[in-house]
Amino acid sequence: MRKVYVVGVGMTKIDRHYDKGFAELVHEAFVKAYEDSRGAEPEAVVVGNMLSSSLYQQDSLTALVADAMGLRGRGGFKVEAACGSGGYAFVAGYSLVASGLYDVIAVVGVEKMSDYPTARVTSALAQAADAEHEVIYGASFPGLNALAMRLYMKIYRASREDLALWPVRMHEYAYYNPYAQLRNRITVEDVLKSTTIADPIKLMDSAPVGDGAAVVILASEDMAKKFNDTPIQIAGVGLGSDALDLSSRDDLLKPLSIVKASEKAYRMAKVESKDIDVAEIHDAFTITALLCIEGLRFAEWGTSWKMIKEGRFTKDDKPALNLSGGLKARGHPVGATGVYQVAEIAMQLRGDFPGVKASSPSIGLALNTGGVATLTSVVILKR
Amino acid sequence: MIMSPARVWRERGSRLRLEGSRCKKCGKMFYPPKPSCPYCSSLETERIELPRKGKVISWTIEYTVPEGYRAEAPLVIALIELDNGVKVLSALTDVEPDKVYDGMEVEAVLRILWVEGAEGLIVYGIKFVPIQ
Repeated sequence: MRKVYVVGVGMTKIDRHYDKGFAELVHEAFVKAYEDSRGAEPEAVVVGNMLSSSLYQQDSLTALVADAMGLRGRGGFKVEAACGSGGYAFVAGYSLVASGLYDVIAVVGVEKMSDYPTARVTSALAQAADAEHEVIYGASFPGLNALAMRLYMKIYRASREDLALWPVRMHEYAYYNPYAQLRNRITVEDVLKSTTIADPIKLMDSAPVGDGAAVVILASEDMAKKFNDTPIQIAGVGLGSDALDLSSRDDLLKPLSIVKASEKAYRMAKVESKDIDVAEIHDAFTITALLCIEGLRFAEWGTSWKMIKEGRFTKDDKPALNLSGGLKARGHPVGATGVYQVAEIAMQLRGDFPGVKASSPSIGLALNTGGVATLTSVVILKR
Repeated sequence: MIMSPARVWRERGSRLRLEGSRCKKCGKMFYPPKPSCPYCSSLETERIELPRKGKVISWTIEYTVPEGYRAEAPLVIALIELDNGVKVLSALTDVEPDKVYDGMEVEAVLRILWVEGAEGLIVYGIKFVPIQ
């Protein structure tokens, strides 16, 4: 396999963009990525998206996206892995260049969520779960995560207050990130007093509904040197899955998909969890953050909540986690999120992330997952 | 969700009789039924009817519900461990949401989930009620 580099990144602020559709969001992010790469023109496009079909009755999304980028004629595909679509799309795009099929490609994450009422969006998101055996009984996506959260609090003896610390930290970081959706500071009390979505999950445990697009341009080694002084190498990638349903999982609190994806990525990059300087993890809900931290081996099973309480994983720690504000506060335009994460890690490694910076990191990681940690991708980048 | 008569008929095993699967190689039982064993990767499993009693091991009270469930909100969704150790995710019914507790004993009942469209297709499913 050939070496592959990130040569350009661009993103829109995540928001309720009532004035922008898929094409306008993608265009804005691509213009930034193209300029950032100093003119690397993609030969193909891979799109990460979850909801275009269910919410917008729009398939063939790759054609819409290529046209919006001024790339009519170029081929590609849309990759769907629920909320993990962006990360899966990134791995697909990586393999197009690593294999030698293309020299320069664009990975595009794009999602529109804000046009529809909450019940409609809740239904569309629930398609990430087992339709035949779970969704049919009215299980929502927050509901399924709430089952894991209650179990976590019971087995590991964590209190509701303990689990309110994470969202507070995410809002603090997002305050400094110009691309973040929720740039307001909150307190533990705000979290505990917020509306209950699916007990014990509160509104402020949950990522907001928002629209956004992010673009990462990837290039082979020869091309990367032509376009960019500080290309970031993709050192390792890994994919994993767990059961679609929660019923047949051996242990709901040890997601197989995260374990498998991270083992593969660590092995490929020839690094261990202790080598990671900075990471973006998938905190769609507070409980998801804990499962990511433990599945990545940044903490032993059942201990991440204590380490957060002790002040670990902050900007000067190793690893520093979610300096963007995470899904919780940077935002979570579901199928686009994985591409945002990779772009943010690339900027952290280059030293030009416009928000809270890690202290001169050289190895970064992005974990994106769909469903209740059902489909996970892990990407490791090196400066 | 949108149902069809063929789908209601095809999915009747788990939805009307609480069927799961048993692996013909490692013997492990699980729900929902699957053609391959998720634990030992054997490609041969057989359908079994699961015990109807169990206990709640985790639950949630959903206030924000998917489309079509507003009239029934809040919903109690639970993970139930049946008497043989197999776990089933379903809804609890005939229960006060704030009276659910860890270890609560429940049993399976057949209930109408909804009636669909002008043709009146009735969608049934298995929910759980507290054992009095």
